[in-house]
Amino acid sequence: MRKILVGVKRVVDYNVRVRVKPDGSGVITDGVKMSVNPFDEIALEEALRIKERGEAAEVIAVSVGPDDAQQQLRTALAMGADRAILVKTAELVEPLTAARVLLKVVEKEQPELVIVGKQAIDDDAAQTAPMLAALWDRPQATFCSKIEIQGGSARVTREVDAGLETIEVDLPAVFSADLRLNEPRYVKLPDIMKAKKKPLDVIELGSLGLSAEPGLKPVLTEPPKPRSKGVMVKDVAELVDALKKKGLVS
Amino acid sequence: MSKILVIAEHDGKKLNQATARCVTCARQIPGGAVTVAVFAADPAAVAAQAAQLAGVQEVVTVAAAHNANALAAVLAPQVVALAADYSHVLAASTAFGKDLLPRVAALLGVPQISDAMSVEGAHKFKRPTYAGNAIVTLEAPADRKLVATVRSASFEAAAGGGSAPVRAVTLAAAVPSHTRFVSISAATSDRPDLASAPKVVSGGRALASKENFDLIFKLAEKMGAAVGASRAAVDAGYAPNELQVGQTGKIIAPELYVAIGISGAIQHLTGIKDAKTIVAINKDAEAPIFEVADLGLVGDLFQIIPELEKALAK
Ligand SMILES: Cc1cc2nc3c(=O)[nH]c(=O)nc-3n(C[C@H](O)[C@H](O)[C@H](O)COP(=O)(O)OP(=O)(O)OC[C@H]3O[C@@H](n4cnc5c(N)ncnc54)[C@H](O)[C@@H]3O)c2cc1C
Ligand SMILES: Nc1ncnc2c1ncn2[C@@H]1O[C@H](COP(=O)(O)O)[C@@H](O)[C@H]1O
Repeated sequence: MRKILVGVKRVVDYNVRVRVKPDGSGVITDGVKMSVNPFDEIALEEALRIKERGEAAEVIAVSVGPDDAQQQLRTALAMGADRAILVKTAELVEPLTAARVLLKVVEKEQPELVIVGKQAIDDDAAQTAPMLAALWDRPQATFCSKIEIQGGSARVTREVDAGLETIEVDLPAVFSADLRLNEPRYVKLPDIMKAKKKPLDVIELGSLGLSAEPGLKPVLTEPPKPRSKGVMVKDVAELVDALKKKGLVS
Repeated sequence: MSKILVIAEHDGKKLNQATARCVTCARQIPGGAVTVAVFAADPAAVAAQAAQLAGVQEVVTVAAAHNANALAAVLAPQVVALAADYSHVLAASTAFGKDLLPRVAALLGVPQISDAMSVEGAHKFKRPTYAGNAIVTLEAPADRKLVATVRSASFEAAAGGGSAPVRAVTLAAAVPSHTRFVSISAATSDRPDLASAPKVVSGGRALASKENFDLIFKLAEKMGAAVGASRAAVDAGYAPNELQVGQTGKIIAPELYVAIGISGAIQHLTGIKDAKTIVAINKDAEAPIFEVADLGLVGDLFQIIPELEKALAK
């Protein structure tokens, strides 16, 4: 195949303990470490491996987000993507918006495969892959843990609630990467230098004839209800007693 | 008035308990009438179970050979065709619902609310974001269809005892052939189901091997509990992937959750926040799991598990 497109979302790093703004208008992102969505690193790694097996010619990283998302695209380029596209907007990007933007890029680039993450760890929505597949009228394989390209189709193993499901889809298609699809490579310093020279196109979201205005209005953001403080027991006997009192063991 | 369509999840024979929880959410939508839709090759058995759920007004069935296995690309156009008469489309936020509903939403041209955890109005729901560290109240436009997946751990299963009428429908929707089911390898076991079990015993990286993880299985059996695992334990191959609990695994709300040798990363905690009682066993007194535990015990699991088994045998 000629091209694989990979979604790269800029998100709050997974190690950050996210805090809600006191006025309920969202979460605090000022001065917080931002990273490539971990699932997108997995998606990109898979695309790179497909390319390295000689089954694809080019890997393109696409992000929809603020100007600063160029940093995450540079990381993607350092990992090995050939070029990158930032579709710029200052608004928060809803999955439906991301899918509509990705569709525009798909129409222009005509990839045989789009791989995105299973979910973005900020909105935890897990919507973009099925939405893009629907808008594009192509197959989807979400939560992939194994991908085998077989010419014009692919055989994919998916992590579902009961275990592992295998499906076969015709290409082009949209895949979403689950945790155990692969282990992403580390970026080496020379690669970071090389990435600086790789092409990164920036286009305004508005220039695609789309609006980023969210369809769902966030009315309030609040912290979760805290759990009440528990007690420490000193040994197994005390633990079993406590559980018996609660009627949890007999 | 809201007309709510709940998409049933099943394996061809049995209705998934997550659907019963989804029905409870649907019933909380103001002025809502609840219909359950069963797509299957032969929907009779599942439809009969759905008809018994309290509060369900009607069950519609769509029988077709191509509905033998749940493929989102095949189901979505049919759901869209059926949805014409409804204001809301809901499904449980399981692998099935997460795969299907965004495809439905995009075909309808509407955004989706993922993991609805409470109903604040006919078009207003709360949902968790950032691994449960921020709860957002979202308002959807009242003049559009509302599509949402429902967080099972936030709703009790609807009771039985109902007797809704079952109506078979035929849909004109064209279904694609570009997506084909090949196989499913489901671990068949007589252990309780992780997603719905009242008691869960979970093991983490500390178990250190697949053989040692048997300690968790044995303890769970003794307690009549389902088995869960942290991502680290699954990644290391100690436990199968369908046992992963957390942000990207299963979100559960058992009466009792016992975390053994699990540190309590936020990604894990988000999966167990709704458990009624959390027990943590960890040799590190500073482990974050103790911040959420109702009962904490510091010590070596390899010593504690045998002791616990003995104490429970008495
Ligand atoms: C995008 C993303 C998604 C993720 N999703 C999930 C998810 O869904 N679920 C999930 O669980 N994780 C998830 N994680 C991983 C998570 O961040 C942690 O890495 C993981 O939960 C750690 O697993 P653990 O607690 O078993 O291992 P560790 O963090 O290594 O903890 C092991 C614990 O065992 C204790 N211990 C060691 N030996 C003993 C002993 N002999 N007796 C008693 N205690 C002992 C240690 O003190 C330690 O606290 C995700 C991470 C990312 C980046
Ligand atoms: N704004 C975005 N820019 C690039 N990719 C995105 C964006 N939003 C979502 N995606 C992709 O879609 C996946 C799922 O996101 P979500 O549906 O928001 O959970 C992410 O892991 C990304 O690969």
